[in-house]
Amino acid sequence: MVKLFGQRVPLPALIGLLIIVANLLAAAFAPWIAPFPEADVVGDAWAEADATYWLGLDNLGRDIFSRLLYGARMSIGLSLLITVLSFTIGVIGGFTAAIGKGWIDAALSRFVDLILAMPTLIFAFVVLSVMGTDLAVLVVTLACLDSVKVFRLARALAVNIGALEYVEVARVRGEGLWWVITREILPNALAPLIAEFGLRFTFAFLFVAALSFLGLGVQPPAADWGSMVRDYRDVIALDSPAPFYPAGAIALLTIGVNFVVDWLLALHARGYGEGA
Amino acid sequence: MTERTKGDLVLDVSQLRIEVRTDAGPGPVLVDDVSFTLRRGEVLGLIGESGAGKSTIGLAVLGYTRANCFITGGSLRFHGRDIRTMSAAERRALRGPGVAYIAQSAAASFNPAHTILQQVCEIPIQQGLLSPAAARSRAIGLFRELDLPNPEQFGDRYPHQVSGGQLQRAMAAMAMAARPDILIFDEPTTALDVTTQVEVLASFRKLIREHGTSAIYITHDLAVVAQIADEIMVLRQGRMVEHGTADAILHHPQQDYTRRLVAERFEAHGHHAQDSGALLELRHVVASYASLLRVVNDVSLRIQRGDTLAVVGESGSGKSSLARVIMGLLPREAGDIRFRDEMLASRLKDRTREQLRRVQMIYQSPDVALNPNQTLLQIIGRPVQFYFRRSRAEVRARVLELLAMMDLPADYIDRKPGALSGGQKQRVGIARALAAEPDLIICDEVTSALDQLVGEEILKLLKRLQEELGIAYLFITHDLGTVKRIANKVAVMLKGEMVDGGETEAVFAPPYHPYTQLLLSSVPEMRSDWLDGVLAGRAG
Amino acid sequence: MLRLVMLRLAFGAMTVLAASVLIFAGTELLPGDLATAILQNSATPENVAEMRAQLGLDRPAPVRYAEWISHAAQGDLGISLSNQHPVAEELAPRLRNSFFLAAFAACVSVPLAVLLGLLAAIYQNSWYDRAVNFITLLTISVPEYLVGYLLVKYLSVRWGLFPSLANVAPENTLLERLDLTFLPMLTLVLVVVAHMMRMTRASVLNIMASPYIEMAFLKGLTKSRVVVRHAFPNALAPIISVIALNLAYLIVGVVVVEAVFVYPGLGQLLVDAVAKHDLPVVQACGLIFACVFILLNLLADIMAILSNPRLRRAR
Repeated sequence: MVKLFGQRVPLPALIGLLIIVANLLAAAFAPWIAPFPEADVVGDAWAEADATYWLGLDNLGRDIFSRLLYGARMSIGLSLLITVLSFTIGVIGGFTAAIGKGWIDAALSRFVDLILAMPTLIFAFVVLSVMGTDLAVLVVTLACLDSVKVFRLARALAVNIGALEYVEVARVRGEGLWWVITREILPNALAPLIAEFGLRFTFAFLFVAALSFLGLGVQPPAADWGSMVRDYRDVIALDSPAPFYPAGAIALLTIGVNFVVDWLLALHARGYGEGA
Repeated sequence: MTERTKGDLVLDVSQLRIEVRTDAGPGPVLVDDVSFTLRRGEVLGLIGESGAGKSTIGLAVLGYTRANCFITGGSLRFHGRDIRTMSAAERRALRGPGVAYIAQSAAASFNPAHTILQQVCEIPIQQGLLSPAAARSRAIGLFRELDLPNPEQFGDRYPHQVSGGQLQRAMAAMAMAARPDILIFDEPTTALDVTTQVEVLASFRKLIREHGTSAIYITHDLAVVAQIADEIMVLRQGRMVEHGTADAILHHPQQDYTRRLVAERFEAHGHHAQDSGALLELRHVVASYASLLRVVNDVSLRIQRGDTLAVVGESGSGKSSLARVIMGLLPREAGDIRFRDEMLASRLKDRTREQLRRVQMIYQSPDVALNPNQTLLQIIGRPVQFYFRRSRAEVRARVLELLAMMDLPADYIDRKPGALSGGQKQRVGIARALAAEPDLIICDEVTSALDQLVGEEILKLLKRLQEELGIAYLFITHDLGTVKRIANKVAVMLKGEMVDGGETEAVFAPPYHPYTQLLLSSVPEMRSDWLDGVLAGRAG
Repeated sequence: MLRLVMLRLAFGAMTVLAASVLIFAGTELLPGDLATAILQNSATPENVAEMRAQLGLDRPAPVRYAEWISHAAQGDLGISLSNQHPVAEELAPRLRNSFFLAAFAACVSVPLAVLLGLLAAIYQNSWYDRAVNFITLLTISVPEYLVGYLLVKYLSVRWGLFPSLANVAPENTLLERLDLTFLPMLTLVLVVVAHMMRMTRASVLNIMASPYIEMAFLKGLTKSRVVVRHAFPNALAPIISVIALNLAYLIVGVVVVEAVFVYPGLGQLLVDAVAKHDLPVVQACGLIFACVFILLNLLADIMAILSNPRLRRAR
């Protein structure tokens, strides 16, 4: 029986964790695991799967399995980068607003309300149309747009937990701001923040994949799951399974993360730490 | 009351057993082997602490159990027919004209989307007992009986448009609308202020007496139930402890547990502080929220070493705000606060660490006053480390010493608050305050979230600590019973102002200030004729 | 209450304005400027300067913004850089196509999702509820194109039930259109229903757990009356906002689905324009998407205010 946070991990969450770990390993060790380099043509286009080419070859005769492993690197790496960046911005902003109160809070919150009332994806398109498909631009744009949602949650958590009496006790004792945030507020905000991290990650991941699918994200010859779906989509009419490998990989990882997030949210609703 | 003639048997509950059962298997037994009968016009009081199973019994009489709870034994015979074996449709027909329910929180129990009248008339119309017009006139009649203002128009309002006491009475009207044989009152006055409680209680009693309705009155407050019940059953952890007439339970309790509940609560005052100069002195203090709503207005107080000053008032009187002003959490706009002859800064951050150390606070709800992620060592040890800069080993030794002082086992030191009971958590809160070795502890409603006997233990502990350590207390409470027994000084607050104050004996003795008298007369006493006396006194 | 609605309307207008500023400002990020982008290889300093004057780029940005937004408000969205047609002309048929698809999907998904959600809430923790929960968790995680291609693979390639390409033309009849757009509609429905159904279920359960619902049962009302008369009026506001939120998603979500089925809608136009750096088209599409999104959110909030008795009647 596997335990985390002093709680038994239910089966779906366990499966989710396994999927996540497997994907992270694939992403981290792709050059060592992959039988062939990502961009090398090793045979005829659309060669059937066999013992050497586990999933067959693609439109240019590259090994699909190897490209999937390298694609994990790009797809997961980019999304993680975006999520980490958006969390850094969002959490710092949210906590600043909650603790600073007054005009800082009012200004930041009104601004975020305004951004949230708009379709953020559209701005991503506008920026992309101007700046071209530059990965750094893509990451920064998506992280900034996504950080407003993190801000909302972080601020709400900090305000709600900050109003609890044990935080007041610490303030009345004369504890500094750093102690109050790191010892009193943050540990109690961790579960919902981790869950939100998972949600934001799936969002970034799906969006990056969708952009690549539309031809606006990662550019060839680099392998990326979204652009692989785009490259292979024509053979759908030939009843080939090729486009379903990358698309399935995208779905699988998202499902895994969602299973874990669902469990974390349920854990938080129950109030974890009880009986620990 | 016991002389009243009793009618035929209405309800016969025998060997009732209710258990929790979940997917994971059987859970705790909530009610075990409980039997009682109810005759026409009879009122049974069910009394017990939280977890006694009293609400579960009340709901079972309606043929209702909460999620995952099941009636697994015994019978509930309503006019001879067992509620357990009724079909869903029969149970529905039972509710309303047979048994009706009055919940603790009327504000949560009324649907915000409909008017009060719509909800009061709903059952008689739905069950085809009355025409809409007749239901309406009956509702208005009930509003009148329950002393609600403008009975003709009262029902046209929405639940959020009337006061808590009025809504509680409107719920009684809703329950009475189908003229039930049995009314279940589930802590119906617990959420109300004392002065409101008296009026609501009197309305309820008038209502059931005039209609000859039987009732089950569920409460944790023996003094309240004594005013309305013919018979009282004491429950503990789902089992019956004692059952008898109200007078027998009040005056001749047989069981030890009942005796402790009924016992004249301990008297601790008589303790007088030696005059050693003022420890804390407030002069003409004024404070507001967001500089709009004035919550503390021109309050002056004086506390000496070893004093217990009780600040009393109803909700909204500004008593908790006063504590926040003293702590520096709510900056004062005017006036002085002097502590040990030093002026205390208005804001928390302008006070010295030594000033902060000497004034500590204990909160009402121990659940939110302790960080659920820290162990008791961290919670209690932090002030020791923070104020006295002790080594790790010294901190641990001091925490063990404090745990022992609180009568908590030493091995709790590495536990988290989640593993503790409410009373134990409150002791941890006290230990944390003592760890700072303060001169003054502000106690904000420290017993009101606890069961009666647990609360008594906490009061005794606080008193013992005062005698040993000479600490002064500022005791914020709405419970005048507590004040009389623990405090040597009192301040009575009303709408942010201190309307009465001084030595407890002087304030609580004639000549009374009118508001003090109103508060005092509203505190239920452990005798069954108290309510009659109060009502007679107010009428006269 | 009227004050609240007015406030919300004012906020909505402000949001539209702010969105237009952001869209305009986004295009100002361009390294070099529009003139360099149009001229590309033939961008000598003289040519660029001439082009700048011709396009009015030598004037300050606020002036150009004011001109752009006032023209847009009158329906003049500028000239496309790639084919020199007026943007509005190019946009109009595609906008109609996108709205048609989104409306088709909405007509199917909204009633379906609300019904499924209500059933899941009523039969909470039953096998039906658990199965629906699990399946929707799966479909939420699956990207639109996977759903789309799976549908194409089976319903079109294998079984030949529906056309795999949704290449509608103006001369198609309504019936032909419905047939051509069936697969894209189904894809959108599958993706949106999961979200909407889960949120409907959650908001109804939230209401069903409130003490006044328990009280309604204790009063002796039938389950249907409790649900219809006591739970539904209070669940309405959250359900409406769920629907509006997902309709807003539908509008934006069509972009990917249009690409899968090569459907001549606004999303395809936007994607092409982004790839070709056709700024006037990007700006116009962005503005339209933003307005629809904001409008739907606005509607949801106003409906929520109107259906809340506490807000409808003051103390």
